[in-house]
Amino acid sequence: MSSVFATIVARDLRLAARRRVEALLPIAFFLVAVSLFPLGVGPEPQTLRQIAPGVVWVCALLAAMLSLTQLYGTDHADGSLEQMLLSGESLWLVSAAKALAHWIVTGAPLVLSAPLFGILFDLSAPANLTLALSLLLGTPILSLLGGLGAALTLGLRSGAVLLILIILPLCIPALIFGAGAVSAAEAGISTRGHFSLLGALLIGSGLLAPWATGAALRIATE
Amino acid sequence: MNGRLTLFTFASPPRFYWLTGKLIPWLWAACIALTVAGLYVGFFVAPTDATQGEAYRVIYMHVPAAWMSMLLYLVMAFWAAIGWAFNARLASMVARAIAPTGAMFTFLALWTGAFWGKPTWGTWWVWDARLTSELILLFLYLGYMALVNAIDDTRRADQAGALLAVVGAVNVPIIYFSVKWWNTLHQGATISMTAAPKMAETMLTGMLLMTFACWAYAFAVVFMRTRAIIVEREQHTEWVSEMVRKQGAGA
Amino acid sequence: MSSNPPALAACRLACRRGDRLLFRGLDFELKAGQVVWLRGPNGSGKTSLLRLLAGLSTPAEGAVTWGGVPLRQAGADWHRSLCYLAHANALKDDLSVLESLQFLARLHGHAAAEADCGEALKRVGLFSRRHAAVRTLSQGQRRRVALARLQLDAAAPVWILDEPYDALDAEGTAMLDAALSAHAARGGSAVLTSHIDLTLREPVPTVLQLDAYRVQ
Repeated sequence: MSSVFATIVARDLRLAARRRVEALLPIAFFLVAVSLFPLGVGPEPQTLRQIAPGVVWVCALLAAMLSLTQLYGTDHADGSLEQMLLSGESLWLVSAAKALAHWIVTGAPLVLSAPLFGILFDLSAPANLTLALSLLLGTPILSLLGGLGAALTLGLRSGAVLLILIILPLCIPALIFGAGAVSAAEAGISTRGHFSLLGALLIGSGLLAPWATGAALRIATE
Repeated sequence: MNGRLTLFTFASPPRFYWLTGKLIPWLWAACIALTVAGLYVGFFVAPTDATQGEAYRVIYMHVPAAWMSMLLYLVMAFWAAIGWAFNARLASMVARAIAPTGAMFTFLALWTGAFWGKPTWGTWWVWDARLTSELILLFLYLGYMALVNAIDDTRRADQAGALLAVVGAVNVPIIYFSVKWWNTLHQGATISMTAAPKMAETMLTGMLLMTFACWAYAFAVVFMRTRAIIVEREQHTEWVSEMVRKQGAGA
Repeated sequence: MSSNPPALAACRLACRRGDRLLFRGLDFELKAGQVVWLRGPNGSGKTSLLRLLAGLSTPAEGAVTWGGVPLRQAGADWHRSLCYLAHANALKDDLSVLESLQFLARLHGHAAAEADCGEALKRVGLFSRRHAAVRTLSQGQRRRVALARLQLDAAAPVWILDEPYDALDAEGTAMLDAALSAHAARGGSAVLTSHIDLTLREPVPTVLQLDAYRVQ
């Protein structure tokens, strides 16, 4: 039963490996976007330390969104999506598989490269660690919610921008708790509350988003 | 039409069209009457607020608009979900008709919030929990309208919109909670639009009258928009062609 | 299978496209050993009907049943019994022929060992290209890869094929004809569309004219 899940994840990872440059483009965007802020705001370390959590989180959000339009788009165009729908596997598992593959290709590298910016923005070590951990919990949420957006906007001309407009408001709670955790760590306050809320959001979206994505896929392919 | 009135009697587009046609003039009349009454009470009868002076009177528009914006979102999500679950065409049409009105109320709430803020706090905008949540609600409305507009196939558009509206409705409490939490953390409890003046009875009366006026307005406008959607979607049916023919002959 | 195997049937089927109905009142039953050739002018809803029969879309009116059970409720039973080949090949340019076939097979519950897939590719004449990227194949070769699934899917009694002969040369057409004949002889059934005349003679295809159900 779970072999369909594994098959889809394996295939998506293999496809990403064959197009390594394209797969890493969102990370490149992340790097460039984050670097723009000191140029726009000024290099004053105090300011940078203050804006770092928000800036890194927002850029991670946007970078994750960029690669989402093709999550279901190419499969829909070449007929693979229909075959997945006919596999008999629950759409919940199909959506979860696609979201996991997206996270491994886009989310995990974001998590790994974020501490680099912590250093560039002169975050303290605990804050930097908190940044990585908060993104570790937050990027899967983005992949899950983004999958829903991709399924809703499947095949539409204005797909990418529309997806961002629809999904960003839903990501705001994760942004607030994630960036808030890093600010708290920088100020020396306990981050337990932030992480429990972030964890709750992850569990909630992990259970519900694939279901909604499955429904959206069915609507889009009717 | 048989004589019996059931829950679903007006669920058919032609009957709905007929009924709302009769109701709309009354709704407009009620809206105007209630607005006049509400504004009179709000501006002339209710006392001046001790701390905020005359400027507070903008809440007579701000609070009803904010309530309407949130309530209309839930109503829209409800009808969209009904339309999706039961394949009820009219319910989906009503949901689509509600969206622009809901967005308008949200925009009005933000705008009147700014007018409240300027004389009171000196700035046109304050990132307090309520106003920020209203802004995010505006994004949710815009997202819904953009999505249903982008999909050409009406059935797919209605269903996708319903899913998005329901997901949004489920998220509204989460978003509100997180924004409130974010706000208290960063700004402390002092700067807050939610600190409304203590309600004198006349103030409450004024606000209630304005709220009912907004309801009458919303019903009137939503009905009008739904009628337009009905005529557009059902243009191939006999009753619409018949009606258009009659109107053409009569006019 | 001695007792009645489940049959695919459609009852008073109607299909919508946009705001209008393409066809309505279609009654249809697919019998074992039968190959149905679905015919109709462009835009009459042939692909839409195939998708309805596969369970990918919901009909505007009527129902499609599998052994008397509506498709939505038939669940895994139905999905295991169906092999659906769309007009698009469902192949990824960046994967090799073998990898693509294995993916499609695994999606539908086959173990898809390299040996079995290799056998299937041999039968469609693409064994020598099994490690080539799909990107490097011609249209006809890609169609053959998609059709290789039929060589694997001996267990699936119902085949729904949308323009399977598209882009095939004479050799490919003969191969597909042979596969269909063997399938029907085993008791399987198939529904297919083709805008060119069929060369299949065993069994003689039953023609279903979609035009007869058109809504004016």
